[in-house]
Amino acid sequence: MSGHSNYEPKTGIERWLDVRLPVVRLAYDSIIDFPTPKNLNYWWTFGGILAVCLGIQLVTGIVLAMHYVPHVDHAFASVERIMRDVNYGWLIRYMHANGASMFFIAVYIHMFRGLYYGSYKAPREVLWILGCVIYLLMMATAFMGYVLPWGQMSFHGAVVITNLFGALPIVGEAITTWLWGGFAVDNPTLNRFFSLHFLLPFMIAGVVGLHIWALHVPGNNNPTGVNVKSKEDTVPFHPYYTVKDGFAIVVFMIMFATFVFYNPNALGHADNYIPANPLVTPAHIVPEWYFLPFYAILRAVPDKLGGVILMFGAIAVMFVLPWLDTSKVRSMRYRPTAKLYFFIFVLACLILGYCGGKLPDDHVIPGLSTFTLIDADLNSFVWLSRFAALYYFAYFLVVLPVLGLTETPLPQPESISAPVLSHPANAPAGAAASPEKRG
Amino acid sequence: MLRKGIALAAFGLAILAAPAALAAGGAAPVKHVEFSFEGPFGKFDQAQLQRGYKVYREVCSACHSMNLMSFRNLGQKGGPFFDPKYPNPNDNPYVKSIAAEYQIKDIDSETGDVIERPGTSADRFPSPFPNEPAARASNGGAMPPDLSVMAKARHHGPQYIYSLLTGYQDPPAGLKVGVGQHYNPFMAGDVTASWSGPHDKVPPGGFIAMAPPLAAGQVTFDDGTKSTLENQAKDVAAFLTWASEPKMQERKAFGMAAMIYLLIFAGLLYVSYRKIWKNVAH
Amino acid sequence: MRPQTKGSFKVADTVVGANPDTHAAGDDPNRRDFIHIAAAVAAGGAVASLAWPFIDQMNPSGDTLALASVEFDLTKVELGQQVVIKWRGKPLFIRKRTGAEIAAAIKDDTADLRDPQTDEERHKPGKAEWLVVIGTCTHLGCVPTFGGGDFGGWFCPCHGSHYDTSGRIRKGPAPKNLAVPDYAFLSDTKVKVG
Repeated sequence: MSGHSNYEPKTGIERWLDVRLPVVRLAYDSIIDFPTPKNLNYWWTFGGILAVCLGIQLVTGIVLAMHYVPHVDHAFASVERIMRDVNYGWLIRYMHANGASMFFIAVYIHMFRGLYYGSYKAPREVLWILGCVIYLLMMATAFMGYVLPWGQMSFHGAVVITNLFGALPIVGEAITTWLWGGFAVDNPTLNRFFSLHFLLPFMIAGVVGLHIWALHVPGNNNPTGVNVKSKEDTVPFHPYYTVKDGFAIVVFMIMFATFVFYNPNALGHADNYIPANPLVTPAHIVPEWYFLPFYAILRAVPDKLGGVILMFGAIAVMFVLPWLDTSKVRSMRYRPTAKLYFFIFVLACLILGYCGGKLPDDHVIPGLSTFTLIDADLNSFVWLSRFAALYYFAYFLVVLPVLGLTETPLPQPESISAPVLSHPANAPAGAAASPEKRG
Repeated sequence: MLRKGIALAAFGLAILAAPAALAAGGAAPVKHVEFSFEGPFGKFDQAQLQRGYKVYREVCSACHSMNLMSFRNLGQKGGPFFDPKYPNPNDNPYVKSIAAEYQIKDIDSETGDVIERPGTSADRFPSPFPNEPAARASNGGAMPPDLSVMAKARHHGPQYIYSLLTGYQDPPAGLKVGVGQHYNPFMAGDVTASWSGPHDKVPPGGFIAMAPPLAAGQVTFDDGTKSTLENQAKDVAAFLTWASEPKMQERKAFGMAAMIYLLIFAGLLYVSYRKIWKNVAH
Repeated sequence: MRPQTKGSFKVADTVVGANPDTHAAGDDPNRRDFIHIAAAVAAGGAVASLAWPFIDQMNPSGDTLALASVEFDLTKVELGQQVVIKWRGKPLFIRKRTGAEIAAAIKDDTADLRDPQTDEERHKPGKAEWLVVIGTCTHLGCVPTFGGGDFGGWFCPCHGSHYDTSGRIRKGPAPKNLAVPDYAFLSDTKVKVG
């Protein structure tokens, strides 16, 4: 999309079109000829996997919208009708429901990859922020989509999430009433959620376009974090990465298919097969697994507004990450201390997710009562979430800013091609270049 | 590279394992019972579905609706009365005769009067009660839940249904059971408030308004299967599982073809990938 | 996938001999091409086979097909009257014809018909008084009204097609006679349509 183009129109029609609308040139430059670092590992295939996930959700979603009825009296039955009577409806609906989970698995891996290899650092800050926007849109879309089957979890999930806005001072109540279009989650709410659930994926697709544009300006980061120096460092995207991404996508599809065909309800909640009943809340209400870490942060704070602020803060902090990390070294391959903190961060996220699915007052170690601190036993999931949430924020706000100034990174290679000859992990001292300070 | 792929898959599974560990509650763990439809090659046992339908029809349907089920479903592929001679379940004479045994409320197209006519295969299973208040009034205030997707609406659905139906027992000493209530260790709930025994020994389960519905010999099975409580419970659990997921067999068969295809496809792509990258040092 | 030479090393894989590889068979260009083609074909096959469920979902669903046949009690129809019932979302005319109507229809069997059919072919044997036709004009699907037009049968108000008492097209833009659906007499007083 930028710089020199190697596209040469071969036929008359291509030449004619190229002068008027160089769309073939655009495609050629960005997915055929695009120079890509030759050392990308499998963690880099998740961009392609995510594009496929988005495509699957869009196609299956449009099809489901042909059969779904957004009305409180018919929504539940219309989803079951899709499963029972519509030709291959079971396949399409299970693909869509499990596809949401697959989308989040892939996006979390993609995000952790970006965190580990410093893909958010200059000159890729905008690329990272656009990714955060996509993630926010995904969360909104997934939440509203989960409301549509109008089961017990749909309904009470919608109640809980919309009530979060009630925590805002002064305007809170007005905003929740406005979101509901009434005095509770009801038919108007379902209708607008359906409309927005249809709209947002196209906004995601639009931001994905920008995300890819922003990727193609500086080009891919790579596992060494070292800038591309010469043509020797890169290979054309096609066929090298089309085949590699393709292989990863198919492997990912095998996992996806395992869920769709053999365990389609494993990632959902049994309670959502009970039609929504505003008079009875399920005993144990939890969001879908991909929201659990944030749900745990919400519950870790014994104050309604505080919990909401912290939960949204957990996402907001990602937007400013490029300016929080002070290290000039991109890849954590060459930052042994940061690497350690990173893996603790991953662990903290997993712990938060685990806590989010547990009752806050349950004991982490069964049967062991310690002492009550503030409002709960120290051996409870609420305290475990507090420690994990504390680490979550400390990683962004303390560890990354301080570490960049204090740590001594390992020597980075001169170029991408260099470590092929001597991998930094087992390179003899002096074989690689001295630490580089590069933006 | 492949090693990393495996590590990656393991990582994904680790994430997934977290919510799978959610199922915790006051109820006793379900009884272990095996069904023919479990596993990737599982199939419904048609004779069992027929027996299960009989149990539903003669016992459950007195109180429980199945609003999402139509008579035609009984004759569709994989259903209890599927007959390969009648690929269109609407023409299946056995299904038609079952439907015709029911009187369905309708409106006379000429007079507008409310009439009753014999059911057709397109009709839905009639509800035992005209509306929710009527259902509650007849059942001591408790609403008998619709059974259409019951096996999907509970964790370990088939095992849960079996356990609940066979799990009625006398309440342990110290547990006060209210009027019109029954103790069942497999019912979701919390009996702490009615428990006068030691606090760390609260019995599992909860109270259920439904009296034990099944008993040995209650339903006569036409195929000679012994009509024990366990057999009735197992058969009706199988029937309700089929009703919850009538396309399950189709799904698993489709899945097997898809998996084989995807594995071959992945293999081809891997070889192609290795060849393309063969001479690139990376 | 053309071989390219970049810098000092071979990027692609076709240059046999550049790599001192003893596995000559593995470097056979034909086999390599076969693998790539097979992978591409598999990708196409995956997309194509997944396309069918997405197309088929728009076909009539199980509950729609279940309503595709209706049974009708003929005792409700008076002589010279027709009853319109909804069948597959379309009007179905069930008409009990008078002797005069039948005679007019038979008389016109020899007329110049656009879609030649005898009246005998349009009703069940021995049931000449019962005419069952789908009530949509064969031009563009409007619903014709009985008693209008030049032939004593139906007239379509949309674009002026005239049908006779056997439902045959006689005048106007419609190309075909009113369609007779598959139906059968279950008894003297009951028909099953579809």
